[in-house]
Amino acid sequence: MIAPFLSQVLRISVPYLFAALGGTFSERGGTINIALEGILLTSAFAAAVTTYFTHDPWLGLAAAVLAGLLTALLHAVICVTFRADQIVSGIAINLLAAGLTKFLLKEIFGSSSNSPRVEGLPEWHLAGVGGIPVLGDILRSPLLLLAAIGVPVGHFLLYRTPFGLRLRACGEHPEAADALGVSVTRIRYTGILISGAVTALGGAWLALDQHSFTDGMSGGRGYIALAAMIVGKWSPLGAAGGCLLFGAAETLQIRLQGGAVPTQFIQMIPYLLTMVVLAGFIGRAAAPRMSGVPYRKEE
Amino acid sequence: MSSPAVELLDIHKSFSRVKANDGVNLAVARGEIHALVGENGAGKSTLMKILYGLYAPDRGEIRIDGKPARFRGPADALRAGLGMVHQHFMLVRPFTVVENMLLGREGVPPVLPMDRVAASREIRDLSGRYALDVEPGAVVEDLPVGVQQRAEILRVLLHGASILIFDEPTAVLTPQEATDFFRVLGGLRDQGKTILLITHKLDEVMQVADRVTVMRAGRVVGERAVRDTSPAELARLMVGRDVALGRVEGEAPAGAPVLEVRSLGVRDSRRIARVNSVSFQVRAGEIVGIAGVEGNGQTELVEAIAGLREVEAGTIHMDGRDVTGSRVAQRQRSGLVHVPEDRQRRGLVLEMSLAENLLLGRQRESEFSGRVLLRAEPILRMARRLSEEFDVRPRDVSLKTRDFSGGNQQKIVVARELGRAPRLIVASQPTRGVDIGAIEFIHARLREARDQGVAVLLVSADLREVMSLSDRILVMYGGRVVGEVPGRDAREDRLGTLMLGGAA
Repeated sequence: MIAPFLSQVLRISVPYLFAALGGTFSERGGTINIALEGILLTSAFAAAVTTYFTHDPWLGLAAAVLAGLLTALLHAVICVTFRADQIVSGIAINLLAAGLTKFLLKEIFGSSSNSPRVEGLPEWHLAGVGGIPVLGDILRSPLLLLAAIGVPVGHFLLYRTPFGLRLRACGEHPEAADALGVSVTRIRYTGILISGAVTALGGAWLALDQHSFTDGMSGGRGYIALAAMIVGKWSPLGAAGGCLLFGAAETLQIRLQGGAVPTQFIQMIPYLLTMVVLAGFIGRAAAPRMSGVPYRKEE
Repeated sequence: MSSPAVELLDIHKSFSRVKANDGVNLAVARGEIHALVGENGAGKSTLMKILYGLYAPDRGEIRIDGKPARFRGPADALRAGLGMVHQHFMLVRPFTVVENMLLGREGVPPVLPMDRVAASREIRDLSGRYALDVEPGAVVEDLPVGVQQRAEILRVLLHGASILIFDEPTAVLTPQEATDFFRVLGGLRDQGKTILLITHKLDEVMQVADRVTVMRAGRVVGERAVRDTSPAELARLMVGRDVALGRVEGEAPAGAPVLEVRSLGVRDSRRIARVNSVSFQVRAGEIVGIAGVEGNGQTELVEAIAGLREVEAGTIHMDGRDVTGSRVAQRQRSGLVHVPEDRQRRGLVLEMSLAENLLLGRQRESEFSGRVLLRAEPILRMARRLSEEFDVRPRDVSLKTRDFSGGNQQKIVVARELGRAPRLIVASQPTRGVDIGAIEFIHARLREARDQGVAVLLVSADLREVMSLSDRILVMYGGRVVGEVPGRDAREDRLGTLMLGGAA
C-alpha cells in the first residue's frame, strides 16, 4: 500500500523537481523566472516531435534541453540585456509557448489536442534492487535518477563552489559582485540558462512518460514548482522537499477520486495546499534581496 | 623624487546635466594618508569612481606609479593594486566573512569546492598583521557596523591592494568605532600602504591625514600639508567663504507647551518594546535635543510622534489636544512637520522631480490643486521659490531627486517641511551625511524657526549638533529618558556617560 504510493509520488514529482531546481538557479542569480511554465511546454513539445521523427527518445531528451535553453535565452535577453520587467517577460513567454506549441501541433500532426504516440525512455531493470521501494523506483528510470542526483549536485554547486557564491552574490548584492570584478550580466545569463536546461528535463519527462505531447500539458506545473521553490526557501534541497509535498498532495488527490467526495473538491487539494503553505511561508521566506531587479552598471 | 603612487591629470566627467569633474588634478605620494575633502556634490565621489574604474572619464589620464593606466572596470583597478572601501559596504549581507572574501577571487575553478579552511587561515593571518579583528565564520549581517567595515578593509587587503580608497568611512560609525578606525588607518600607513580618504569632516582630516586636497564644484581649489593648515582655512576653501558652527542662544524665553508626551510606550515592528514611559514637553520657541546612541528608541519615539507608528501606552498632545490616535494628515494640519532620519526611504520619492517632491503632503491645498487637476504654475512657482530660498543645487525643479547629491536631497526635505509654516518641527538626523555649508544652513533655519516661536524636537546621533542647537538636552538610553541637561552648560563627557547608561 505504502510502496506504490511512494512510487507514484516520486513519478508525479519529477517535473516539479526539475522546474523548481531550475527556478532556484535563476532566482538565486537575481532573475524571477515564471517562464518555467513555458519552458516545460516547449521542451515537452520538442521531446515529442524529435522522438516521433527519429524514434530515439535520447535525441528527444537532447532536443528538449535545446528548446529549454532557447526559451530561457529569450527570457535572459529580455530581462538581463534589456532590463524589462521579469514578470511581464515570463508571462509573455508562457503565452508564446502555449500558442506556438498549439500551432505547431496542428501544422505537424494535424491535431489540435495531441501528438501521435512516441517511444519513451527505457526502464532499467537492475537485479536485486528493483524490488526495493523508492530506491528501486529511482534506479529504474533515467530521469528520476537524474533528478535524484541533480538536487544534491545543485545544492553543492550553489553553496560550495565559487560559481554558486558568485550567483548568489548577483541575487543579493549585484553592486558588490560587480565591484569585485564579477560580471553580473554573464552570471545572471548562466543562471537563467541552467534554469532552462534543467527545467527542460522536466518537460521531456512529461512528454516521454505519457508517450505523447498534449496541448497545454504543463498544466500549471511551472507555477507549482515556483511555489515549491519559495516553500523551500530558494535552496535546492528545500525546494525538493516542497516538490515532494506537492507531489504527495497530487497523488492523494488521484487516489481519492471516485470516493464519496465530489471529484472537483478532491482536485482542489494540491492547489489549496499550495495556497495554505505559501501563505504560511511567504512572509518569513527570505528571497534573494535583488531578485526581480535589473542591474544597471552606471547610475 | 619618485613618482606619486596615484596621479590624476585633467579629469573631466559630466552627467546628463551636471559637470561633476572639471579638469581635476590630484597627486598622492606613496605611503601617505591623503584626504580629499569637499562639500556634497563637489565631485569627490565621482573622481574616486573614475579612479576605481566604475566610471569612464570623458577626458583625462590616470597614472599609477608614474605609468599611465586605463581601467575598464573595477577588476582592472584591483589588478593595478587599488582597493576601495565603499561608504555603503560592498559586502553580501547573508554571506559569512569568508564567503565575502572568496567572492571575486580569480583564477579558481568555478565549480570545484572552495577551500574555506585555507581562506579562514589567510584572514586570521591578515587580521593579526593589521589589527583588524574579524571572525571569519561570522555572517556579515549579524556583525556591528564597525566590524563590517573591518571585514571590508580586510577583503581589500586580501586582494593585494597597496592603494586604499576610503569613501566617507566614518559616516556610519559610532564615535568609539571611528577612533578604532583611525588607529587602523595609521597602522596601514605605517606598513607602507597609500591611503586616499574621502570625507567632509575636517576634524578627521586634521587628526589622521598627512596631506589634503580640497574640491569645490568639480574643481580642485587647494592642496595643503595638514600641519600647515587649519580647519578654518579648509572650511573656507570648501565652502568659498567663512563658516561659523558655534552656539547661538535663543532670543526670547520659551512659551507654552506645543508638544506634550506623557508616559509614552512604543514597540517596534518585531513587537519589542523600544520606548518605555517617556514623558517630556517641547514649548514654543525652544529646541529640545534628544541625544543617545542610535537604537535606544529614538527612531520609534519620532515615528510615534509623527504618526507613523502605533502607540502602545501613554498620550501625545499638540497644543493641548490629544493627537495620540490621529492620522498623519491630521497632525500635519495642526502644524506638525517631520524631517525623517532616512531621507531616501521616508523623505523623498527619488523617481519624482524636485517640484513634485516639494509638493508632497500639500497636494490637497487649494493653492496647488483644482477640483480634478493639479495647478502646474503655482506648483512650479513654489518649487522655484523654495529651491532658491534653501539653496538647492542645481536649481532645476524638473530634475529627478535621485540625481541630486545627498546634501542637496536633505535640503529638499528640509525645504519642504520648513516651508509649510510649522508649529512643531520634528527633525531626525537633519544633517546626516551633509556637508559643512549645508549643516550651517540647516542649523540656521532651525534656529530661525525657534526664534519665530516654533517648537523644535531635534534627534541626532551627532553630539556636537545636539549641543550647539539645543536649549534643553534629553538623553535616551534603553528606551527611557535617563537625564536632562540645559543646553548651554552641557559637556560632552557628561552626556557621553549618560548615553552609555551611566549615572550623571
